[in-house]
Amino acid sequence: MIENRPIATFLAHLTLVIGVLVVAFPVYLTFVASTQTAEQIVQNVPMSLLPGSNMVESYRLALFGGQTAYGSRLPPAAPMLWVSLVSALVISIGKIAISLLSAFAVVYFRFPLRGLVFWMIFVTLMLPVEVRILPTYKVVSDLGLLNTYAGLTVPLIASATATFLFRQFFLTVPDELVEAARIDGAGPLRFFRDVLLPLSATSIAALFVIQFIYGWNQYLWPLLMTTDESMYPVVMGIKRMISGGDAATEWNAVMATAMLAMLPPALVVIVMQKWFVKGLVDSEK
Amino acid sequence: MGAISLRRVEKTYAPGSKAAVKVIHGVDAEIADGEFIVIVGPSGCGKSTLLRMVAGLEEITGGEIAIGSRVVNQLEPSERDIAMVFQNYALYPHMSVYDNMAYGLKIAKVPKAEIDARVQKAARILELGGLLDRKPRQLSGGQRQRVAMGRAIVRQPQVFLFDEPLSNLDAKLRAQTRLEIQKLHAELGITSLFVTHDQIEAMTLGQRLLVMNGGRIEQIGTPEEVYSRPATTFVAGFIGSPPMNLLEGQADGTRFTVRGQTLVLPQAAPRAGTLILGARPEHVAVDPAGHWAMKVDVLEMLGAERLVHGRVGELAFTLRMEGTLSPPRAGETVQLAVDPAQLHWFDAATGSRIA
Repeated sequence: MIENRPIATFLAHLTLVIGVLVVAFPVYLTFVASTQTAEQIVQNVPMSLLPGSNMVESYRLALFGGQTAYGSRLPPAAPMLWVSLVSALVISIGKIAISLLSAFAVVYFRFPLRGLVFWMIFVTLMLPVEVRILPTYKVVSDLGLLNTYAGLTVPLIASATATFLFRQFFLTVPDELVEAARIDGAGPLRFFRDVLLPLSATSIAALFVIQFIYGWNQYLWPLLMTTDESMYPVVMGIKRMISGGDAATEWNAVMATAMLAMLPPALVVIVMQKWFVKGLVDSEK
Repeated sequence: MGAISLRRVEKTYAPGSKAAVKVIHGVDAEIADGEFIVIVGPSGCGKSTLLRMVAGLEEITGGEIAIGSRVVNQLEPSERDIAMVFQNYALYPHMSVYDNMAYGLKIAKVPKAEIDARVQKAARILELGGLLDRKPRQLSGGQRQRVAMGRAIVRQPQVFLFDEPLSNLDAKLRAQTRLEIQKLHAELGITSLFVTHDQIEAMTLGQRLLVMNGGRIEQIGTPEEVYSRPATTFVAGFIGSPPMNLLEGQADGTRFTVRGQTLVLPQAAPRAGTLILGARPEHVAVDPAGHWAMKVDVLEMLGAERLVHGRVGELAFTLRMEGTLSPPRAGETVQLAVDPAQLHWFDAATGSRIA
């Protein structure tokens, strides 16, 4: 902007600062709490907003578990983080692979009932996981997949959203490109690998970020289908660390686990940020 | 080697269904090896469809197409020994210029050294030497066009197919590229089929023209033949700018009556009855001794020449005169003289040439 209107500039900045505070304050609070001891958090009302000195101890306790100051045992978060990481990766990579292939089929091949197939995929967009969760549970349980990685991930892999996104992208690829590839002698899979995949790179990156966070944040489904502590993802683990009733909650460890659980999605976003934004903003051909 | 035969070629979209549309009606043509043929016609005449059928991108629903001596109806595009240049170039956007040209050869499992030699040679011919590492989006329109041609050249095909490759270029570049294509054809001598709707491209590039209209071939001939002896009124009106004047009227010996106005002909009409008389604007001159009266409506000054638009027997009539001659004024009635050797006669019912 060329005009110089100090009040407008000030208001704009004020709005932004308030926005940042609203978003950042809870994260900061979590961080501060994770650096204090459980006693400090409970006894100081309101709690101190300055970082305490218990950081190393809190994170060690959260990551590796152990005896708490109150004498109860805390489960280690490290294995839960691992479970979360594996499921999030399997879900996001699986989703991308399946949707790429199904969008490829729907856009580039003429087969009977193609329209119907596409609309069936499209209609499932309206059915979130929660709606079909009980039948899915029944299927997974009958297949003996409870408490397995397969059970945690496979039901979440099918994705109408991603298929639809890739379909829309493939439709913008000019037909002449397909024809040029045919003249060059590239078969369908060769075309898919050599032309479509590289062109979809930014969309794939954007989708990976979204699906990784989706997979990482799964709560309801793991809650239903895991009964074995070694298969708990971290998001669920946090909830279980907050003891109900009279037992004391080890807040510093809870907050440290929360911080740890926030890290991987944040890292994914930061690392993929450039591609992610590009994939959402332009569909460069 | 690279001769092309089209034998009663037909194309119907959605054959057998109610929505069936026939777009190519039995096209016959023999194209010799090394010939440069331009397929020209108005949009929707089926010229691109015909080219795409030769390429193998459209199914052939009737007749057969042979390249060399091989019928290619059932062959994949890559097996037909052809290369195609598309209107929007269709370069792979994520590949470098080098990879764009090399891609087809890589798939064909040509040895690396051979690929490199062919790409370097094509780059030299097309002056793309310094651009081999660039991506298509970093190139100008003209450069992209040359890469598309390079991709065709490295395949060393029997036939080049061009689908309006110049229409995305600006006028100056188009003229330049036209010359380059001519030079390239002279150098490589590969049979070429070139589709365009632009008659200047058609006349300058083609050794023979294939004029199409409504899914049929109207005329096949050299540019001179098509210009001086158009086979139908369609060709007469399509080739030449401004187009040939066509007057429908009653012929009777040396008299030709157009909507009540009688023109005296320098030579008797080939037969009596309703005919169409054609005269090109450049073969008619203002001459006080002439026998055709024309009422002048509008004048257009083009520099070297001047177009005079008017009416003969209430039908539009245009003539072209030297820009240096003093022009008639609008509203004036002038007498025209015609060169008897340059009059064309067409049957009024069929539109085909009589004399």
